[in-house]
Amino acid sequence: MGAAHSASEEVRELVGKTGFSSDQIEQLHRRFKQLSGDQPTIRNLRKGSSGLADEINFEDFLTIMSYFRPIDTTMDEEQVQLCRKEKLRFLFHMYDSDSDGRITLEEYRNVVEELLSGNPHIEKESARSIADGAMMEAASVCVGQMEPDQVYEGITFDDFLKIWQGIDIETKMHVRFLNMETIALCH
Amino acid sequence: MSGRGAPGPRCGLLLALLLALGALPRVRGVEEQSGGASQGFQVVSFKWHHVKDPYIIALWILVASLAKIGISSLALAAWSGAHSVPHWAFWDTGVNLSTKVSSVCLLRTPLLGAKDAGRFLPVIYWTDQDIAQAPPSAASTCAQAPQSAPSHAFVCIQVGTRGRGRVALPESENAKTATRQLQTPVSKTAAVGFVPKTPPVADLGQAYRKALGNNAFLVCEASGATGPVEAEAPAAVPRAILLNGVSVTGPPASCSSHALCAIGSPSFHLSHKVTSVVPESALLIVLGLVLGGIVWAADHIASFTLTPTVFFFYLLPPIVLDAGYFMPNRLFFGNLGTILLYAVVGTVWNAATTGLSLYGVFLSGLMGDLKVGLLDFLLFGSLIAAVDPVAVLAVFEEVHVNEVLFIIVFGESLLNDAVTVVLYNVFESFVTLGGDKVTGVDCVKGIVSFFVVSLGGTLVGVVFAFLLSLVTRFTKHVRIIEPGFVFVISYLSYLTSEMLSLSAILAITFCGICCQKYVKANISEQSATTVRYTMKMLASGAETIIFMFLGISAVNPRIWKWNTAFVLLTLVFISVYRAIGVVLQTWVLNRYRMVQLEIIDQVVMSYGGLRGAVAFALVVLLDEQKVKERNLFVSTTIIVVFFTVVFQGLTIKPLVQWLKVKRSQHREPKLNEKLHGRAFDHILSAIEDISGQIGHNYLRDKWSNFDRKFLSKILMRRSAQKSRDRILNVFHELNLKDAISYVAEGERRGSLAFIRSPSTDNMVNVDFSTPRPSTVEASVSYLLRENVSAVCLDMQSLEQRRRSIRDTEDMATHHTLQQYLYKPRQEYKHLYSRHELTPNEDEKQDKEIFHRTMRKRLESFKSAKLGINQNKKAAKLYKRERAQKRRNSSIPNGKLPMESPVHNFTIKEKDLELSDPEEAPDYGAEMGGGIEFLANVTQDTTATDSPSGIDNPVFSPDEDLSALSRVPPWLSPGETVVPSQRARVQIPCSPGNFHRLAPFRLSSKSVDSFLQADAPEEQPRTTLPESTHM
Repeated sequence: MGAAHSASEEVRELVGKTGFSSDQIEQLHRRFKQLSGDQPTIRNLRKGSSGLADEINFEDFLTIMSYFRPIDTTMDEEQVQLCRKEKLRFLFHMYDSDSDGRITLEEYRNVVEELLSGNPHIEKESARSIADGAMMEAASVCVGQMEPDQVYEGITFDDFLKIWQGIDIETKMHVRFLNMETIALCH
Repeated sequence: MSGRGAPGPRCGLLLALLLALGALPRVRGVEEQSGGASQGFQVVSFKWHHVKDPYIIALWILVASLAKIGISSLALAAWSGAHSVPHWAFWDTGVNLSTKVSSVCLLRTPLLGAKDAGRFLPVIYWTDQDIAQAPPSAASTCAQAPQSAPSHAFVCIQVGTRGRGRVALPESENAKTATRQLQTPVSKTAAVGFVPKTPPVADLGQAYRKALGNNAFLVCEASGATGPVEAEAPAAVPRAILLNGVSVTGPPASCSSHALCAIGSPSFHLSHKVTSVVPESALLIVLGLVLGGIVWAADHIASFTLTPTVFFFYLLPPIVLDAGYFMPNRLFFGNLGTILLYAVVGTVWNAATTGLSLYGVFLSGLMGDLKVGLLDFLLFGSLIAAVDPVAVLAVFEEVHVNEVLFIIVFGESLLNDAVTVVLYNVFESFVTLGGDKVTGVDCVKGIVSFFVVSLGGTLVGVVFAFLLSLVTRFTKHVRIIEPGFVFVISYLSYLTSEMLSLSAILAITFCGICCQKYVKANISEQSATTVRYTMKMLASGAETIIFMFLGISAVNPRIWKWNTAFVLLTLVFISVYRAIGVVLQTWVLNRYRMVQLEIIDQVVMSYGGLRGAVAFALVVLLDEQKVKERNLFVSTTIIVVFFTVVFQGLTIKPLVQWLKVKRSQHREPKLNEKLHGRAFDHILSAIEDISGQIGHNYLRDKWSNFDRKFLSKILMRRSAQKSRDRILNVFHELNLKDAISYVAEGERRGSLAFIRSPSTDNMVNVDFSTPRPSTVEASVSYLLRENVSAVCLDMQSLEQRRRSIRDTEDMATHHTLQQYLYKPRQEYKHLYSRHELTPNEDEKQDKEIFHRTMRKRLESFKSAKLGINQNKKAAKLYKRERAQKRRNSSIPNGKLPMESPVHNFTIKEKDLELSDPEEAPDYGAEMGGGIEFLANVTQDTTATDSPSGIDNPVFSPDEDLSALSRVPPWLSPGETVVPSQRARVQIPCSPGNFHRLAPFRLSSKSVDSFLQADAPEEQPRTTLPESTHM
């Protein structure tokens, strides 16, 4: 893997898999090496709880990155939908920290708390209530009006898709991958 | 209080006077020096004389206001030091309504922006105890208003109440004529406002406005904002709250013309059908032409023309400020690259190609003999090239294309000003110099000056935005002048950059863009409303004036010089080159853009290149001595403007429809969406960071960090810093919406139902089990036969029912009334103060009422969870019953039920008066349908025990509806489909929705408006767990 830029077959394989151009792959590989300190894998990402890998290799790295590739103009409607679904699944897994296929209220609260942690003035309490409100909204979107004693256990992936209906994800979940490394220029 | 405010303005003015007098001579000196040396082309020139008058005025206002801040806070400090009374609370609550509501105000608000076209909200407001005391003229205005505005009109009459929420009836003839003439549909017509002094729940007031949209107007007593309390109080009305803060200010020069054009504008706003096809701007131009024709026919002098001074100093700034202040920042900066390319390269391209092509054609001799050279053509090209922000706004606002497309065209039209200014100045000075004397140095200077003008203008704007944000941070004690700062300082930014011959449009645009976040956070809710409305009003007024004056200015034979080839070719060239330019640039851009601009977008962009008043003003500015063919240029520009605005403006809508351009759809904010959006922002910037790139997201992340760490700390109030978060805001908004719909629900049933005991509710409900009549019997004869008795039954049973229930119910009701309405009808004599809106003196009592109501509501909600759907049914039933009564009452007089409800109503009124004087207080409830809740106590009881009324077959359609609604909305099987946000809002009493009410109060602990909330604070905790176990 370390010699990806020389071994053109490997690159081509990755191009097929991830959809990046070979230039972009090379550039990302340089970045990967920079991050990993010339090791084949990046280690010690976070002392991971369940679901977090200890180390990722370049292919994983590329795969993650490829989730954020812009949608090709050549794709037809079905492919776009598929692509969209994949992207959303990726996002879903970010929320679903215990990967049981459900975003529970607890998980959602954690996410919201983290999202709002940037603002020191927002107390945990209000972050929680926001999460509660969002959950309520999700419930009403997905289940419709609930009976008083009905319990909504969590957002499943299908519900997640429902929530995202009508929201233009294309502009939101894309990063433009350039052929050159811009951050390196600044360092 | 008045003693505190008094020294403010006097000292402030004195100070301002001194400052201005001291500063002026010096500035004049500078101007003379630089003015003398203005030979040839200069990169930057200093043109004080240019902006002198408006500048001095603006400066004075600013200095005076600033002085007022200082003095008032000093005085306050001294004052509060002297008396350590808890009067600080007054200043903190931010109750300053920016309007003193006079006894009657009739607001016609067609000027609120082109978007509001066709909305016409007369607000009639009486503060008097009784309508009988209202001046006769007021009543007649009241009567006229709804006639001219068929569907949107509301009339709000404040009537005094006594005791159990009965209406003190409008006995006077005035009021009768007023109500009789309400031609609007009964349900929509009248609302009676009973507004007790309530604690300021400013958020709620605003949310009311949002939720109810154009069907809402707000009524409030001058002393305080409205809150949920008055919705709870028996006679209260909830649909009416006060449209506060519409203060009318404006540049003095344009005020009169505002008035003039205000006459013209409403008629277009009203004519829906016309404006849905023809853009307003085009209509205004035509109207202007007609008016100009009239003036010309009368006078043979073109007395009104659009002079460049008026245009650039008074008409353009409000429009551009409005654009900047309400600019969707994220969208704008997200597409900044694209916008800049179009604005700079596109405009230069247009100018160059148009000028050169015209010159080429001129050389071929097609245009005949003209005294022009290459430079003149380039000059003309440069002024005709720029897309005009005013025209684009006017036309595109009505077309509703998607946001990206709009922001690109509109942003381009704003930002190309720098290019236009520079090109125009350069070529003008070249023409002055003469073609042979232009050296290479001048050209370089021109290019340099582009950067100076554009960056300098932007810088001036940013600096003034900084100042503005800083100033508004310290206006806590002088809320009343807050809105003034926004206008004055941004206007100063415009004038300053005009003075330095920088791009004024850029300056004021960026001033608006940069300050909006901080200003909106700093100023009070009422001031924000004032700013919003005033800005929209000024902008839309200015726009109206501009287009009308364009029309008027065209009627002036002296400026007309026709040259068919030149005019036609100009038209062809600007369209063709615009299209070519757009296609070329888009091709380049699409290689870099994430969201591609498609062919359709390109077509709209090229077609949307409208020219407007900027070009006209610039061409009028030309000096006839230097540019020999000035008149030809002027007339060609007029033709071009008319062509683009009228023809293209007319056809762009069908074009957009035909091409199926993605439209913008208005969506309600969703909490999940915002949260996910935020998550995406973080993820994307992380990904960009990991992959080693500097992209939009990375930069945005860095910027928001910087903003949070430094800028916000400097520019925002501490209290504002806390509550400033987009997610929090959306959360807040949604909560308010829920609260409102909850209250609205209550008011639909009659607000007393809230505090009724559940047992009464149940009794109401029993009625629903009575069998429904079949629709077969719905014949007139049947009606006539049955209904006479129905009326009698109605009345009798009503009486009986009341007697039986009264004893039990009245106890409770009276008790609650006394609790809730401490002294609601007492008119407070406010001390008049120009500088301070008197804060509510009954703060304490209000707070108490507020608390009590909130507590009560929560309790009743919890206890009556099951009773809610029943209440809904009751409301339905009650409505039908009410309608029924009206019909019934008409029958005995031999009238057919087909007659207009208004007529029926009047007859019925008499009828009732004759038959049962004791019932007199109740008939007010029938008035126009809107006053229903005033008498709902008795009405509800009526509803319960008059089965004979229900038997009336006329109401079978209504009944079907109610039959549907018998199933509680969240139980209905058909409801598995995702309900829209609005749908959910309208079913506010579902448990899920209500729970959100609770966290709202928790979250708003930091917000000023909930200073106290001790009791409600406890409540949510009890309700929260239910939501958490999901």
